[in-house]
Amino acid sequence: MKFGIVVFPGTWSDRDCYYALNDVLGQEVDYIWHKETDLSKYDCIILPGGFSYGDYLRPGAIARFSPVMASIERFVCQDRLVIGICNGFQVLCEAGLLPGALLRNDHLQYRCQRVQLKVENNSSPFTSQCKGEQVLRMPISHYEGRYYADDVTLAELEANNCVVFRYSTSTGDITEAANPNGSLHNIAGIINKKGNVLGMMPHPERACEPILGSNDGNLIWESIVVHL
Amino acid sequence: MSISKEILDKIALSRREYQLIVERLGREPSEVELGMFGSLWSEHCGYKHSKALLKHLPLGGQRVMVRPGEENAGVVDIGDGLVLVMKMESHNHPSAIEPYQGAATGVGGIVRDIFTMGARPIALLNSLRFGPLSDLHNRYLFGGVVGGIASYGNCLGIPDMGGEVFFADCYSANPLVNALCLGVAEGKNLVKARAYGEGNLLMLVGADTGRDGLHGASGLASRTFEEERELRPTVQVGNPFLEKLLIEACLELAETDWIAGMQDLGAAGLTSAAVESAARGKGGIEIDVLKVPRREKGMTPYEVMLSESQERMLVIVKKGYQDKVRAVFDHWELHSDVIGQVTVDGLARIKEGEKVVAEVPMNLLTSPPLYRRRVKKPRWLDELQSFNVTSVPDLSPREVGPVLLRLLASPNIASRHSVYRQYDHQVGDNAVVLPGNDAAVLRLKGTKKAISLTTDGNGRYCYLNPYVSGAITVAEAARNSACSGAQPLAITDCLNLGNPERDDIYYQLKECIAGMARACRKLRIPVISGNVSLYNETRDEAIYPTPVVGMVGLIEDVTRHCTSGFKEEGGLVFLLGDNRTVDSSLGGSEYLELVHSLVKGSPSIDLDLEKRLHRCCLEAIKRGIINSAHDCSEGGLAVSLAESCLLGGLGFNSRSWNLEGRLDAALFGEAQSRIVVSVAPKLAAKLEAIASKWQVPVRKLGVVGGGRFIIEGYIDLSLEEAREVWWGGLEKYQ
Repeated sequence: MKFGIVVFPGTWSDRDCYYALNDVLGQEVDYIWHKETDLSKYDCIILPGGFSYGDYLRPGAIARFSPVMASIERFVCQDRLVIGICNGFQVLCEAGLLPGALLRNDHLQYRCQRVQLKVENNSSPFTSQCKGEQVLRMPISHYEGRYYADDVTLAELEANNCVVFRYSTSTGDITEAANPNGSLHNIAGIINKKGNVLGMMPHPERACEPILGSNDGNLIWESIVVHL
Repeated sequence: MSISKEILDKIALSRREYQLIVERLGREPSEVELGMFGSLWSEHCGYKHSKALLKHLPLGGQRVMVRPGEENAGVVDIGDGLVLVMKMESHNHPSAIEPYQGAATGVGGIVRDIFTMGARPIALLNSLRFGPLSDLHNRYLFGGVVGGIASYGNCLGIPDMGGEVFFADCYSANPLVNALCLGVAEGKNLVKARAYGEGNLLMLVGADTGRDGLHGASGLASRTFEEERELRPTVQVGNPFLEKLLIEACLELAETDWIAGMQDLGAAGLTSAAVESAARGKGGIEIDVLKVPRREKGMTPYEVMLSESQERMLVIVKKGYQDKVRAVFDHWELHSDVIGQVTVDGLARIKEGEKVVAEVPMNLLTSPPLYRRRVKKPRWLDELQSFNVTSVPDLSPREVGPVLLRLLASPNIASRHSVYRQYDHQVGDNAVVLPGNDAAVLRLKGTKKAISLTTDGNGRYCYLNPYVSGAITVAEAARNSACSGAQPLAITDCLNLGNPERDDIYYQLKECIAGMARACRKLRIPVISGNVSLYNETRDEAIYPTPVVGMVGLIEDVTRHCTSGFKEEGGLVFLLGDNRTVDSSLGGSEYLELVHSLVKGSPSIDLDLEKRLHRCCLEAIKRGIINSAHDCSEGGLAVSLAESCLLGGLGFNSRSWNLEGRLDAALFGEAQSRIVVSVAPKLAAKLEAIASKWQVPVRKLGVVGGGRFIIEGYIDLSLEEAREVWWGGLEKYQ
């Protein structure tokens, strides 16, 4: 199996994703320049973090028009796996592949810190290796990470078990204090209804070795490998 | 002579300097030539007041591959075929005028200095100074600067590992923004900033050239300024996205043999980039300004040559490789244009189409007059230093606890989390020790090694005793490195002072450098790069002389690093270093200013003890004996102990600590050469043996544990209470 990491102009988590998957977990990985359109040799596509097109206009608003995005839409229709991290999550929302939007943090500042995530759904292809209600530790790093959707969409997400991660305390309590950006329902990551597209603001690729403070992020990559 | 005073003031040249140009040139310079001289002979580019003094700093060393001034940044070899490239630079004046963009473009500039050399930037740090945050304008500057640094650095995907921030009245009109960048490269891929090889092409890449930043080097950075509003157009606006593309494209080129050199465009724009790289290559250059892509219409050759538009690089392309190089830039969606070529006649020839608008021998442009003056110690300094401690009443035991809380809440000591959480410090998957410790630690992938990074500077000390405190600045950076388990490798520095044409400021500059040089020699740490930022004064009010040192250290085995917080209940806490109470250690202390509103006295340091202390601490960490190490700095011993508690989330208890001498000096005095360490009880004897081997005094202070901070008879505070004031002390202003 093979992972493909999309590189837009301005992407920077591409190298960290490559490191986590290839150097740490021994998986086969390619970089995919955003002008490529042939994704046939990949089993999972990663849209990594960064500032695609400088986040100018709105994060993800320009990147979603890159040639690779049309291919990703087809990729998703073929039930193959796509994961968007941070800026990648923003791109997926802009492209309409996931519902809702990521707004500017409620405190109007960039935030880089370690957070705890409660796994709310461990039956997705991205979380099967997590225990039910397990609390994962990994960093966030964003300015626009406040998940927002209208009431109908939110109710639908909740009803369909599409909220995969919520910001929580270390004991798994979903509190306002544990929410680093004002996301509705403390949402940190969601999947689409079919369950083959995941978007999350925290960075699993930065939690790939104990020396970095946590290797909980590997559970996500390992879940994908098991699924495929 | 027809030249007017206004024109000379605009480019910050004196009439004597103008006459010198005429004499050497044998004629009056053209407008473009005069502009080029003004920039290159400015303090910012030409170091005319500081060069004679800077040569006292030790520059060489076994690992040093590139020394200051030779290239855009200094280089040290760390083995395994890898080199570190490091530099720190000030962006003070632009940040005073427009804090957000001033600080952002400061980051952009320093990052370009690093990748220009073919090194991938892997860390940023910042050393910042502002006036007190009780003032709204200072708060605006502080917020703007931090926001600007965050916006630029975060967009580039380079981790910002913190640094330092301090507040004092003297920085109100002149905030300091010093940005450090460190990169890593394979030694064989290092790129030189040399324009050589007749017929090689000068290719300008990146942003179009506009009128922004005209006279940045000569006007902003090289004189004092009174009316800030009129200077706003000299501050540039950054485009970090464009810079990110430049990084990737230039690093790709660094791995080819298609280019002869690379040079970024910084202060004095195209003038300085072309002339300095050609001077290093010992050749000449010819540029046609009509070939420079412009952002606006009607720009004169003068404006094109002196524009400081950001995110531009000058690439010296080998003859015949133009198309290959252009293809790389095209891939990254970057604009590139050939604007001239390398010549061998030793002239800088600037043309506008066929018309020559400047033609000057290279060596005239790069040899500004150097000034050296004899100055005496100013009398006011004697008065400040002759401070009698007995004129200040000592604290009573019941006052000690509340004073500790006040210190912990002081913006100079309180937790900096509200600053560094705005910086992405984890991108790159290398951050092992995050900001908030004595030094940040980054592992180097593919090796067992790690590096430590710290910035240090204490303007208040240097104001009181520039020589001793120049030495302390270096010593403290080395001590912070040692506390992280790293052997200091090299220094980069920013010397921030007032107007050097004034005798007392020149005295401060000279003494600071001499003190730094002494400590560098004693501790065997070379200075590999840096800059000077003079003229930091407004209406004759100069800042404290503020030399800032950025230091990189090497940890051979990443698993043997150390942090500042206490780690386990029951650990024993020791003080390494001088444990006598010295009343004069109150001189220059945070305590003296905060509680008694006095900035007086004089710091002191014993560099022999300092050196032994570092070795002792390093050995204890390398052998895995100690659990934490934290140096004593602002706020003294009590603050250092409290910080180790707060960082580790564990209390401290001392039952038999018999405080000698004055209480305030014992707890809050800022004697140098002291480190608080904690150790498992069974390893205490080993620690004592190491200390004795290095002849470092060692004294047991207490035990780690519980939820309180207790020095029996003096202090008994709950950790929550201490944490609340420490955590909120700076955060409340953001």
